[in-house]
Amino acid sequence: MRKVAAIVIGIVAAAVGGAFAQSSTVDEIAKYREALQDGNPAELWEARGEEMWKTPRGPKHVSFASCDLGLGPGVVKGAYAALPRYFADANRVMDLETRLLYCMVNQQGISEADATKVKFGDGSARRSDFEALAAYVASQSRGVAMNVRVDEPHVHDMYQLGEKMFFFRGGTHDFSCATCHGEDGKRIRLQDLPNLTKTEGAQKAYTTWPAYRVSQGELRTFQWRLNDCFRQQRFPELVFGSEASIALTTYLAGRANGADYNGPAIKR
Amino acid sequence: MADPMKIRANVVGDSTEVKVLMNHEMETGQRKDAQGKTIPAWFIQNVRVTHNDKVVLNAQWGPAVAKNPFLAFKFKGGAKGDKVKITWVDNRNDTRTDEVTIA
Amino acid sequence: MRMTTIGGAVTTLLLAMGALGALHGCATAPADDAVAARAAASLKSSFAARGQAGLQRLDQDETQKLCSEYANRPLPASVAEKIQQANLATIRYPADGKLVGDWKNGEKIAQSGQGFQFSDGPSLYRFGKLRGFTDETRKYAWGKVYNADAFSACSNMPRFGHSAILTEQQLRDVVALLVDPGSPVNQ
Repeated sequence: MRKVAAIVIGIVAAAVGGAFAQSSTVDEIAKYREALQDGNPAELWEARGEEMWKTPRGPKHVSFASCDLGLGPGVVKGAYAALPRYFADANRVMDLETRLLYCMVNQQGISEADATKVKFGDGSARRSDFEALAAYVASQSRGVAMNVRVDEPHVHDMYQLGEKMFFFRGGTHDFSCATCHGEDGKRIRLQDLPNLTKTEGAQKAYTTWPAYRVSQGELRTFQWRLNDCFRQQRFPELVFGSEASIALTTYLAGRANGADYNGPAIKR
Repeated sequence: MADPMKIRANVVGDSTEVKVLMNHEMETGQRKDAQGKTIPAWFIQNVRVTHNDKVVLNAQWGPAVAKNPFLAFKFKGGAKGDKVKITWVDNRNDTRTDEVTIA
Repeated sequence: MRMTTIGGAVTTLLLAMGALGALHGCATAPADDAVAARAAASLKSSFAARGQAGLQRLDQDETQKLCSEYANRPLPASVAEKIQQANLATIRYPADGKLVGDWKNGEKIAQSGQGFQFSDGPSLYRFGKLRGFTDETRKYAWGKVYNADAFSACSNMPRFGHSAILTEQQLRDVVALLVDPGSPVNQ
């Protein structure tokens, strides 16, 4: 568990001063989060990701300038708000990470094994390229309304599959996503749980990923979020880029349609 | 050299407001790894800010400061176009300096 | 045609399914079945065993299958009844008849990640006090913690005894938390 910043004398930083005694702990955490919005370490990942996007890499020495995220080769602005989408060249529906992986393998000539060596980073010695690239690409959709093409047949198919999976009761504890995210007012300890079966909840939740997770000290993506949910559901491990991860992402992203994308955000 | 900082400096009234995000692990030296070994302390010890080569901030930090620290402060004076330079030094004597123009 | 087995008994849910299929919106019952089957298969192929969590954790039992199926629509009384009966049949009581342990341990279990978060559950507040500190209450408490679906089909509460999430002694301790007059739950 990371220590909270204790900013030194003479500095105006996280302005959470005053009457702690009156407000509830949840309110204070909300204030702390608000203060942190201004100095979101996600920006450090965005900067690294932007650098990575523009730099030739891999055996074929190619940058991501030729990587088509759905709006044309190299076009990053607004791309995240329209993902997941169907890509004819790969003949599958892909989310951001699987599409980046596709470009790494097919355009830059990097092997899938090498590209996925670090999916979720752990400190400065073990960084994930996906997390940096995702932060950058997502940041370029800030202010863009979510517009996943749920009417496209392949996307629709994944959407329906994802919806079914959302309500799939399983594992030792009979948990489904809906167990925690299917009702108002639920929480785990001090963490409020969004009701993803309501449009408002789904919009607020999806549009804040990727996010810098203070407790992790890392920028985390939606692939990570799903993986970590299933871990808490006592399921085995969700495979990175698997069909289930795409289906669930498609369902939840589609449910967020219409809301402005707001990330990368900062979370506890 | 360590990863670059993200710095923003703006004129606000008769002062300059500076906000900087630093890339640093800030290991406290209290944590243990999966094998039970203590992860050595590694944190920024000194932060120095100059405005047109005049020191406006000098900070001594310890392991209580969070990973990827965010620092925001104001100093009197400063005009658009002036240079603000920030340098940090950590307990391994690693250092990083970045410069920004006041907007 | 859809046949389901619960605890050995073959039950036809065709009528219930067909009637509800008409109310389900764009998906008809058979198509919905197909999506469910595909979802189960897709999930199985999308996970990798890790530590103690093997892939068999993705195999649904009848209760999980039915509760998934009716997740988004009203659970017919007949289906609820069948689920409850099947789960009631799984309840095992301790051989020595001792159902109540130490509420202090029970409290630790409830607050650990292992147990359930009942700080949000009004149903457990003054559990023993409201029902009376009787043998009947103790037996009910045991049953509920052992297998909540026996009393409330498709309950969100994990089946702590039936799924071997808690040991027999841990179950006793949680029961004590609920039924011991000295427990904080009953103050």
